[in-house]
Amino acid sequence: MKIVVCVKQVPDTETRVRIAPEGNAIVEGDVNWIVSPYDEFAIEEALKIKEARGGEVVLVGLGPERVQTALRTGLAMGADSAVHLKDPLFERLDPLGTARALAAAIQKLAPFDLVLTGQQGVGGDHSQVPGLLAELLDLPQVTVAVKLEVQDGRALVEREVEGAQETWETSLPAVISAQKGLNTPRYASLKGIMAAKKKVIQASDAASLGLSAEALRPRTEVASLELPPARPAVHMIDGDPAAQARELVRLLHEEAKVI
Amino acid sequence: MSTILTFAEQRDGKLRRPSLEAVSEARRLADAMGGGRVAAVLVGSGVSGLAGELAAYGADAVHVFDDPGLAAYATEPYARAVCQVAGALQPWALLVPFSAMGKDLAPRVSARLGAGLASDCVAFAIEGGRLVARRPMYAGKAYAQVRWPEGLQVASLRPNVFALGSRDGGRQAEVVAGSVDVASRARATGLKASAAGKIELTEAQVIVSGGRGLKGPEHFHLVEELAAALGAAVGASRAVVDAGWVDHHLQVGQTGKTVSPSLYVACGISGAIQHLAGMSSSKFIVAINKDADAPIFKVANYGILGDVFEVLPHLTEAARAHQASRT
Repeated sequence: MKIVVCVKQVPDTETRVRIAPEGNAIVEGDVNWIVSPYDEFAIEEALKIKEARGGEVVLVGLGPERVQTALRTGLAMGADSAVHLKDPLFERLDPLGTARALAAAIQKLAPFDLVLTGQQGVGGDHSQVPGLLAELLDLPQVTVAVKLEVQDGRALVEREVEGAQETWETSLPAVISAQKGLNTPRYASLKGIMAAKKKVIQASDAASLGLSAEALRPRTEVASLELPPARPAVHMIDGDPAAQARELVRLLHEEAKVI
Repeated sequence: MSTILTFAEQRDGKLRRPSLEAVSEARRLADAMGGGRVAAVLVGSGVSGLAGELAAYGADAVHVFDDPGLAAYATEPYARAVCQVAGALQPWALLVPFSAMGKDLAPRVSARLGAGLASDCVAFAIEGGRLVARRPMYAGKAYAQVRWPEGLQVASLRPNVFALGSRDGGRQAEVVAGSVDVASRARATGLKASAAGKIELTEAQVIVSGGRGLKGPEHFHLVEELAAALGAAVGASRAVVDAGWVDHHLQVGQTGKTVSPSLYVACGISGAIQHLAGMSSSKFIVAINKDADAPIFKVANYGILGDVFEVLPHLTEAARAHQASRT
């Protein structure tokens, strides 16, 4: 089986967000960049399938030079090779532009059996690329997977919906997006880290993918970014636990009017 | 006349509240634009009777795709139905709930129509005859103003944020029957309900969450009992999910659910930045923690400095007494 995994590099979830002077991006200087946690589930799942059924795992990542680090992380976990999409035209893509670039790169990797992604990229939080990719590649999609079983030419998936889990079946190839709960990603071993240094990361730019600025022009753009509104000061409730509990219930009912 | 199109999500023959929120918001936006039509796409089996409810919240037209082959949600045929109506009506905006179904559907539709999608929007403004959306990024550590430079504006709406409009049962909508190829390469084959009767976190009005302060899974019942007394959904911090006390689908925060209930009660949760990101847009926040310096108190409206083991049983009792006095 050939499995393609899309890898996004994102700010660590512990990052304290600061707004850059231009007002529509965050300050990146002191950000600790990591593989988006949901993409780690996708990489792990690809490796598990490869271990069970044989085949190869190819990573595709888009972004500036630093994205190499994220791809090396995936290679150290056990992926076989990686493609790095890097071009000045890729610098401020919207989700549709990102998906167009990824789709063009994935098409060049055909034939493949499965495309795995995270269910959302931490940070942008768009939850769009899996569905966009599936449409652009004309493939079926199953999103937010918490269990995946690959069989010959098809996959059985459990996915999360409000208050329940659905079971789905899809033909392959398909785009499947990973949710927390799918697996527990492995840590790269020292041996894996050493092996990753010898693995190939192939660079690909817009021209090599046949993508023009026109094809990538944004359909949405972040005009400005701001910190969330400050919350009012806390009202501390005193007394013994029984009195505190009664007073809190009174305040929630009479003042906040939420119960 | 210009149209705003909405996708009306139903499950098991019932319109889900986020669909009514989307229609209500479409009506407000159309009115703010000085008029214009609101149309809804309704897909399912035996669902035609729901058109009246969409009309009551402001739909002028309901495009119904009623087919046994559409009974269960499937991405491809549902996307075909929405795109067919969008092609016919050429709306200026398309609003979809940011629910499990809408999250799966909206990107597929957006790619097929070549239109920009802003996900998980929490507010809209109209500037120069176009929508401007406000949406959280970094799980709510920042808010973006999003513009669409051109073309159809597709947006998904965070559940629980947009108010329902006033319901007018006398309103009528034009009902337009449509049909679509129901073939799909991916299909739902069954439903595995998680623990029955639980309220979904992202749609809950009240959430009671537990963290490491509970010291072990054997004490999590204290959180569940308070939640039951308040009719609330149960949530958890990443620490206790990663420790395996509760299932991951209860996790609130940056790698879990982002929630905006009316009331969020944080029990024994210190308030790591990735947790605060996921819940600090809640309307009212209560923090119960024995560490006066816990960051959770910085976002809380009401705080109780104390031990969850002492406070929670009293709070559950007081909540029960309150509910009893109201029935």
